[in-house]
Order: sequence, then C-alpha cells, then structure tokens
Amino acid sequence: MRRAAALFAAALLASATAPALAEPPPAPDRPLTDPAQEARARALFGDIRCVVCQHESIADSPAGIAADLRGLVREQIAAGKTDAQIKDDLIRRYGDYVLFQPPVRIGTWLLWFGPFALAAGAGVVLVLRARRRETAEAAPLTPEEERALAALTGDDEKA
Amino acid sequence: MIVELGAFALILALALSVLSLALTTAGRLRLSPVLAGAGGGAMLASAGAILLAFAALIYAFVVSDFSVSNVALNSHTDKPMLYKVAGAWGSHEGSLLLWCLVMTVFGGALALARGLPFGLKTSAVAVQAGLSSLFLAFAAFTSNPFFRLDPAPVQGASLNPLLQDPALAVHPPLLYGGYVGFSVCFSLAVAALIEKRVDPAWGRWVRPWALASWALLTVGIALGSFWAYYELGWGGWWFWDPVENASFMPWLAGAALLHSAIVTERRGALAGWTVFLAILAFTFSMLGAFLVRSGVLTSVHAFAVDPQRGMMLLAILGLAAGAAFILFALRAPAIRSGAAFAPISREGALVLNNLFLTAAAATVLLGTLYPLILEAATGATISVGPPYFNAVFNPLMIIACLILPAGPLLAWKRGDLKGALQRLWWAAALAIIAAFAAFVLFEPKKALAAAGLGVGAWLIGGALAELGERTKAFRAPLAETLRRAKGLPLGAWGMALAHAGLGVFILGAVVETSFKAEAAAALPLGGEVSAGPWKARLDAVQVIEGPNYLAEQGRLTIMPVDGRAPARVITAERRFFPAGGQTTTEVGLDFRGLDDVYAVMGDRAATDAGERAWIVRIYYNPWARLIFLGPALMALGGLISLLDRRLRVGAGSRVKKAAKPAEPLEAQA
Repeated sequence: MRRAAALFAAALLASATAPALAEPPPAPDRPLTDPAQEARARALFGDIRCVVCQHESIADSPAGIAADLRGLVREQIAAGKTDAQIKDDLIRRYGDYVLFQPPVRIGTWLLWFGPFALAAGAGVVLVLRARRRETAEAAPLTPEEERALAALTGDDEKA
Repeated sequence: MIVELGAFALILALALSVLSLALTTAGRLRLSPVLAGAGGGAMLASAGAILLAFAALIYAFVVSDFSVSNVALNSHTDKPMLYKVAGAWGSHEGSLLLWCLVMTVFGGALALARGLPFGLKTSAVAVQAGLSSLFLAFAAFTSNPFFRLDPAPVQGASLNPLLQDPALAVHPPLLYGGYVGFSVCFSLAVAALIEKRVDPAWGRWVRPWALASWALLTVGIALGSFWAYYELGWGGWWFWDPVENASFMPWLAGAALLHSAIVTERRGALAGWTVFLAILAFTFSMLGAFLVRSGVLTSVHAFAVDPQRGMMLLAILGLAAGAAFILFALRAPAIRSGAAFAPISREGALVLNNLFLTAAAATVLLGTLYPLILEAATGATISVGPPYFNAVFNPLMIIACLILPAGPLLAWKRGDLKGALQRLWWAAALAIIAAFAAFVLFEPKKALAAAGLGVGAWLIGGALAELGERTKAFRAPLAETLRRAKGLPLGAWGMALAHAGLGVFILGAVVETSFKAEAAAALPLGGEVSAGPWKARLDAVQVIEGPNYLAEQGRLTIMPVDGRAPARVITAERRFFPAGGQTTTEVGLDFRGLDDVYAVMGDRAATDAGERAWIVRIYYNPWARLIFLGPALMALGGLISLLDRRLRVGAGSRVKKAAKPAEPLEAQA
C-alpha cells in the first residue's frame, strides 16, 4: 500500500507539474462575464459532441478537446456570432457528427418524421376501422344476428 | 477443482436445457404429460446446474483465484468483498451466465405454474428451453467464464473502478430480471401462436410476467441512472446514450404490453397486438444485449470488437425473433379480434396509450440505430442525442400523458368522455394552476417547463381523481369512503401509484432540467464558488487510503447564499485506483429536501495568484429527488398490482370463483 501511495503521489504530482512544463495547467473554464451570453454558451455545450469521446457532450467531457471547444464557443459568442453561425462553423470543421442534433435532409427524414408518421398512420388505420365498424353496425341486422347480439349483450349485462 | 466443477455445470446446464427442449416437444406432440413433466424437470435441473456454475464463479472471485482468466481480468485481492462478489456479474461472461440463470429459473417457474392448460404450458416451456439452449450454447462456447490461465498472474487487473459501487452491484441482477423476464412473455406468446389459442385466459397468464419484468426493469434502469448521476460526476442522470436506450426500448415495449394485456384479459380484444408486443419486448431485450455486447456501440467505427460474439448474438437474435415474427405473420390473421368497442372507451384509451408508447419505442430504436445504418449505407456520420429526443420523443410521450388520466375513468366498451372529463375537472384545474404558477413565479421565458409541470400535476391529480372516484371520496360519508378504499383491489392502488409515479418523475425531470445551475472554479483552501442559491467553501483537502484506492478528499461546507438555511459539511473524493491506473470521482451530495447540492472534486490547479488550488464543480439540481422517487413509485405500483389475488399465477381456478362478482372473465371460446 505504501508503494501505491508513493505511486499516487507521483501521479498527482505529475498531473500538477508536468503539464505546467509543456502547457498551462488545466485552468477551469472562464465563464463569460455577461450571464445571458454564458447561459447561451452552456445551452450550446449540451448540443455539441466531444468528437473523441463515446457519447458525451462538451459540457460533460473532461477531455482536452472539449475544453478547447468550450473556449471556442465562448469566444465566438463574445464576438457576437449567433448560435446558428457557431453551429455552422463547427459543422464545417468537424462534420454533422459534432452536433447531437442530426441535420434534417432527405437521408434523415425517416429519423425525424418516421415516429410521427407511424403514430399518424396508426391513428388513420384506427379511425378507418372504427368507421367501418360503425357502418357495419348501422346496417340492418338479420334475425340471426339479432339473436346473437341479444345473447352477447345479455352476457355483457351479467358481466 | 471447484472451478472445473463450475465449467462442468455450465455444459451440464446446456445439455439439460437441450434435453428439456426435446422432452417438452415430444411431450407436446405425443400429448404425454409424463414426457412434458420430465421436460419441466430438466428445465429446473438446468437452472440448478447454472446456479451451481454461478456459485463456482462467485467462489473463484471470493478467493481471488487468478488462474481463472475471468477473475484475473476483473478482480483484485484488495477489492472489498461486495465488489469481489459483484465482480462475478461485472464482466461480459459473468453477466451472460446471470442472464442464463434468470432465463432457466423463470423457465422452471413456468414449468411449475399451475392452472395453465397442458398444450400452452408445454409449448411455452419448450420455447423457453429453446431460448435458454441458444444462450447457454453462446455462453459455453464463446464466453465461458471458467477458462484457466497458465501461468496464473499474481495479481488481477481489477474491476473497472467506475463499477465498484453499491448501486451498480445490484443493478445487473435487477435489470436482467426485467430483460429476461420478458422471455417468458415471449415464450407464452409463441406458445399461444403454436396452440392457436389467444384468449382472455392467455392475457391473464401473460400479465403477471409482464408486470414483474417491467417493475424489475424500472428499478434496474433507475438504479443505473442514479449510478450515472453520482458516479460519473457530470451532474446529469440520462444522456440518451445508446446503452441507456438499449434498456429503454424493452421498457417502453413492456409498458405497452402490460396495458394491452389488460384489454386482452378483460375484453378478449387486441389479442393479436398483445402477442406482437410480447414478442417485441423480448426482441428488444435481445437487441439490447447485442448492441451492448457486440462492441457495435462502444465505437461507431468498429463493428463488433469481438466479431465472433457479435455475429453469434446477431444470429441468436435473428433466429429467435425471426422465427417468432414469421409465426406471428402466419397465425395472426386467424386470431379472433374479440369484443368490439367504441373509440371512446377504456379500450380506446388503452389503444391510444399503446400507439404512443410504440411510436416512442420506435423513436428510441431509430435514434439508436440510425447513425449506424446511415454510416453503413452512405458513409455519412451523424450524432443523435438529446436535442433529437427532446424534439421527437417528448411530444409523443406528452400526448400519451395527456390522455392517460382519462383512461381509467372511461367504462369498458363504450365510455362517456364528457363524464370522465367532468370527474377530472379538479385535476385539470390543478394542472393549469401549477403550470400558470410556474410560468409566473419562475422565469416567464421557460414556458415549456411550465407546461411540463402542468403535465406532471395532471398525472398526479388524475391518479388521485381515479382513486377518489372509486372510493366516492368527499361525495359519500367518510366511513363509506374508507370501506370502499379497503375493498378496492390492490390492482387499483398499484395503477394509481404507478401513474402518480410517472407524474412525480416528470415534475422532477422538468424542474431539474430547466432550473439547474452549475459552476466551476479553481479554489484555494477557504475559496468559495456558488451555483444557484447555494455556495460551497473548500475547507480542507486530505489524502485518504481506501481498501483498494487512494483518494484526495475535499471537505466542503455547503451553505445558502442568502443564509436562510443551515450550512452542512460534505465530502467529495477523487479516487485513484493503482490496480488499473484509473481515476474516478465520488460526488459529494447534500440532500436539501427535494433538491441536491452536488459537488465534484477535480484536478489540482493553480489560482491566478499561483496559489495551490483544486478545481471544484458544484451543481444545484432542484427536485432531483423526484427523478428517482418517481420510478420507485412506478415499480412499487407494479409490484402491488402483482400481489392482487386476481393475478396470482397458479391460483387460477380459485381466483376465477373468488373474483366472479367483481371482475368476471369474459368467456371466449
């Protein structure tokens, strides 16, 4: 355990000093001074993917590139760019992959509209079926059907 | 020796499972109860053999037998005992063994169940034996956890420290109880298609399994989410990560199933649809297993880290689900549609529930698989994350939630919508007041959050209105209400609790997402950082030694910015595990009523003045408690319903007599 402790101390030391030689120490993000701008930046962070991570937004990721991207987004917001301009800029650099919101184009229509189409389609089928059933019910019944119906409704009342 | 016994038991379990398949099939074909009974016995014996194998694996973990490759890769002598035991299901091989164990135990339970007709039961056990044979073969031939190493390493590589957490130690057994529980619904559905018998009685047999599996899955997912919340240290609890989605798809299909099974049981209607959902739920379970285990999701660029395993799982999925759906396509047209119902009726409301839950499941499926399919087809890479699900999944679920409270108040067959809505007027008033108050009180720009709060209040109010209606609360004398409340079936309480739980969850999710605040700063000792109405002061940092890790522990005082609540001291750690060289965070949580103040210790840093400092992040997560309380209520509701006498498996004949006056079963030939 003592050796492990030494190892740990070394690791901590390394993380504290080694980067200092090569690059500035891992400074926390510097929030924008304007709270409205900072809020916009934070909202954007959640939608931008850390391109080297599994499935993390740059808001969550501890990776260096995520920190760089956060800095970049803040800079651009401070420079007065709109959210759309910033996103377009990111897509130009990294492709559609960088945004958690997939683009709407022919190739992704199924993704965007499929679920609604499914719900709407199922709804139409249900309405048509109900209509057909209604018209079927409206047709005069044969005596045989009347008897069957009486038996059925009788059952239901008992239930 | 014990390990070899385990390896032998695993092969034996496979042999017994295949034997069970053969015996039950022969028993069914020859209509021989003796053969079928022997098949059921073989299934139980197979479960016993896997239990033995599993015990052997746990033993190897407990004694740290690093000559077993699985133990060497996933354990370490310094690991606390709980995680040594949990390590047995912490890896792919061990968790697959757990999967097989649950599958055969449920198969054995199916074989022991009383009240099921001979044909249906025998066929269902045969299907279950077929499934478990496939998975056991997969476990024995490609993922055997008992392989030895020679020479044995002196020390193990340890379990991923992120997984060394109490919530995650019990998460897999619960999750698998749910995932694999749906296999029984699958087997009953396929058996019903084989027997050409889908009737209200079948609905009654499927429902307890669907309920139990869904409730276990609910707890399993919630635990996993809670783990992500406090172990990852990101302040979030659901990321629409493909692995999360993999567990969410069977949950949605299961929720649809347990609702449509009610219609099939009570009215004989939607029988074909219920069969379809029963097959779908377990298909999603298998799809999840494939997605998570094949490596297709760990990196979008590598299809299957271990191609052999991935392909085999895909083959099992294709074989089991393919055969079931083909059988469904062939037999479904012959399934009787059951009693007719008007669009405005309880059946109608449950059909809408199913429509939206299925569309929501389709959304999760599309969102998870679309990037893979698109990349394979066109080479284009896209990411599907929270913005997509917020735009597509949420509207579908909100519509479902708006319809929900009306459902239980509508009569079967032909309902009175106006009457139902009249009885819901105060729930609607509550919802509108809640939404309006939120809109005015908080930030008017967050209109969506206000609407979300309204939906949550609507669900809770609707559940209460339903209970009030059934007990004649405030309309009859108190004694009469109490008498009615006592006589209310457990199923009614369970339903109200589950629906209210959904509302509670929505309240928590909406408030947490809309009003959370976070801040990060490099703090020297004595430094402060504030987020929302709370601030944290870093009092001390010390290095502490855990059983298998070293940690930098920060002591933080959490106090309100306005000074109107007492200050409290919490600790947050950054742990370093020498065994794997990994670092994890141990979040400091200060529970403030429904809110969380959440603190994370980060790297060492330096302030601008060059002082020694630590990066401290704090999050203010309002109403975060409700996010986990809601699913707990939902699962509890499911379990209470399960205790309802009318649903008890094996008490079939007695139940029918006992329940006759209250809830008769529609006779359907």
